[in-house]
Amino acid sequence: MTPRDQLAAFLVRLADAGLQAEAQASPGLAPAQLILVRPEDWGRLGVEARAWGCRWVAGWGEELGAEGSESIRINACFEKAGAYLVARTAVPRATPVLASHTVSYPGADRPERHMRDMLGVVFSDHPDARRWTRHQAWKDSEFPLRRDFPAAGRPPAETPADHQYGFLLAQGSGVYEIPVGPVHAGIIEPGHFRFQAVGETVLKLEERLGYTHKGVEKIAEGRDAAGLARLAGRVSGDSTVAHAWAACMAMERAAGLEVPPRALWLRALMCERERVANHVGDVGAMLNDIAFAFGFYQFARLREEWQRISREAFGHRFMMDCVVPGGVAADLDQRFIAAMRDEAGVLRKQIARLMAIINDLPSVADRVRGAGVLTPEYAKALGCVGYVGRASGMDLDVRRDAPYPPYGQMKVKVPLHHYGDVNARARTRLEEIAASFDLIEALLAALPAGPVRSGWTHPADGAEGLGLVEGWRGEILSFVRFGADGRIARFFPRDPSWTTWPALELLIHDNIVPDFPVCNKSVNGSYSGSDL
Amino acid sequence: MLRILGKIQRIGIVTEPLPKIDEPALSEIGEQLKAGIGEQFGGSLAIREVDAGSCNGCELEIHALNNPYYGIERYGVHFVASPRHADLLLVTGPVSRHMEAALRRTYAATPEPRLVIAVGECGANGGEFGASYASCGAVANVIPVDAVIRGCPPTPLALMRGILEAIGKRSR
Repeated sequence: MTPRDQLAAFLVRLADAGLQAEAQASPGLAPAQLILVRPEDWGRLGVEARAWGCRWVAGWGEELGAEGSESIRINACFEKAGAYLVARTAVPRATPVLASHTVSYPGADRPERHMRDMLGVVFSDHPDARRWTRHQAWKDSEFPLRRDFPAAGRPPAETPADHQYGFLLAQGSGVYEIPVGPVHAGIIEPGHFRFQAVGETVLKLEERLGYTHKGVEKIAEGRDAAGLARLAGRVSGDSTVAHAWAACMAMERAAGLEVPPRALWLRALMCERERVANHVGDVGAMLNDIAFAFGFYQFARLREEWQRISREAFGHRFMMDCVVPGGVAADLDQRFIAAMRDEAGVLRKQIARLMAIINDLPSVADRVRGAGVLTPEYAKALGCVGYVGRASGMDLDVRRDAPYPPYGQMKVKVPLHHYGDVNARARTRLEEIAASFDLIEALLAALPAGPVRSGWTHPADGAEGLGLVEGWRGEILSFVRFGADGRIARFFPRDPSWTTWPALELLIHDNIVPDFPVCNKSVNGSYSGSDL
Repeated sequence: MLRILGKIQRIGIVTEPLPKIDEPALSEIGEQLKAGIGEQFGGSLAIREVDAGSCNGCELEIHALNNPYYGIERYGVHFVASPRHADLLLVTGPVSRHMEAALRRTYAATPEPRLVIAVGECGANGGEFGASYASCGAVANVIPVDAVIRGCPPTPLALMRGILEAIGKRSR
């Protein structure tokens, strides 16, 4: 079945259920199909989509319309077998009430609370009335993404700590609480974890994020295309290539701009390099979290060597600001093609040798096997993507299932495991490193000649675009809508971490507190990417 | 175990002597640092890293200071888990408003005399994020700052140089 057949069948199903869904052309959103739905059907759309086997990908809204007739448009993106669907509805600004998708999709919980905090949309049957992104920097009557809210805001002289969030409490004798963060003990991003434990065993973990909220969506407004690419490259600094690519893809689709083949190949090359760098670093960090210093230093060494080549070849250790609207910032010098091919071969051997040592150690196996299990059922319910999903049976990779150039012409090996423990996530990541080496070799062998950048042209006022990229953490969705003069009117990046942070709360259950660091690192959600 | 030792022996020491990298001035600063740390911090400088809202780019490079290539511990510099153990706060930004109170408290918990270094473009001046309803911008907008290390993110070498310079400034 092609994606289009899938969609036609789904529309028939909706019609049978009495839901009016009108397919509408929106070239910028392609390959996703846009459908318009009545607000009163929104909740049932979620029920039907779930019954049809769709994954809930993302939700976002924006304020539209002339003065006096303002409305708030809400979008929800679904996916099934690589076919993407964007459902859209609108509610009046004065009474922005809509049914929740959380009742059908637990993974919609935080995104809907984010929309409520940022845009003032009330999801009437949402099971959790607590705020999410909002702490104390703005009032509960203010909504930063509304047009009458200035980007500068009206913050208090000193923003107080957010100390009255209603954490759920476990009751019973011997239950105690461990609050951690927002300032963590290591060199990591800030966030708060509230553990309820009995002895060493975690009864419950609750995350409180939002500490790194920097107003990304709001300060994107009014930027030009180049400015948005820079901002997107800092949504989550470790995924700078993937986020910049997704945003540029969205902008280019909105503008109907063709990107030269060589630029697309170079983007993929950088994206695979980013994947290898992060996976290599994280495998080492996981070993560090089980106190195996040898593995940590070996992988840290390999990551450093890898990044140095990135710097020589692309001018930046993380390749920040190398993806720009219309292409890439600079061409790759011919001499790096052989160097990178050799480097991939060397690293492949080095990792194989290291893993032969590491896999032989019962003390490593003891810590990672059976630790932090995310069952396939939970992964599916939350719509987990990336290696977290793939280690728990979620067989999705945008590069293979909804391929964007240049991946359509390449064989993308996608590892899949089902145990969902720390070991499965580590193995998934090691296999992804190997798959990336294959891709890097193929990309270098077939690197097309030609220009690396197309001239940027302003899209029409109102033009919108959707970018979908498989970053190293998984599927990144990036939505862009332009306003007048080529200025951004709306930017919404959905980092894969939105789908994996809730998984951490589940997979840590019944593990011991000292195993939290390695469980957390095996997931490695981005705080910045989900706090926005 | 034998294979681990074998591997360690084959790889040898990859840690680079400072003068070899980028600038000859580093060797001088390196000497100053060792002297400065010896004099002022009893041979050991304890750093508490505080991410006050960064994109995680700066954190990756601060992490790299501990990898075998840079091995910053050889100068007596080490990262500690609590501000109460720290001589120096290495703060990345921009300072999000949601982290403002936590940063002030971390600063208050650091015993005097204390040094504060603002790291990265965002820590220095708000960077790509600037000041907004959600961001206080530069670290200096929230707590007193002694030195700034620019770059997006600063490379591990720039970080080392910046830390050395901050110590140097203090000893003058």
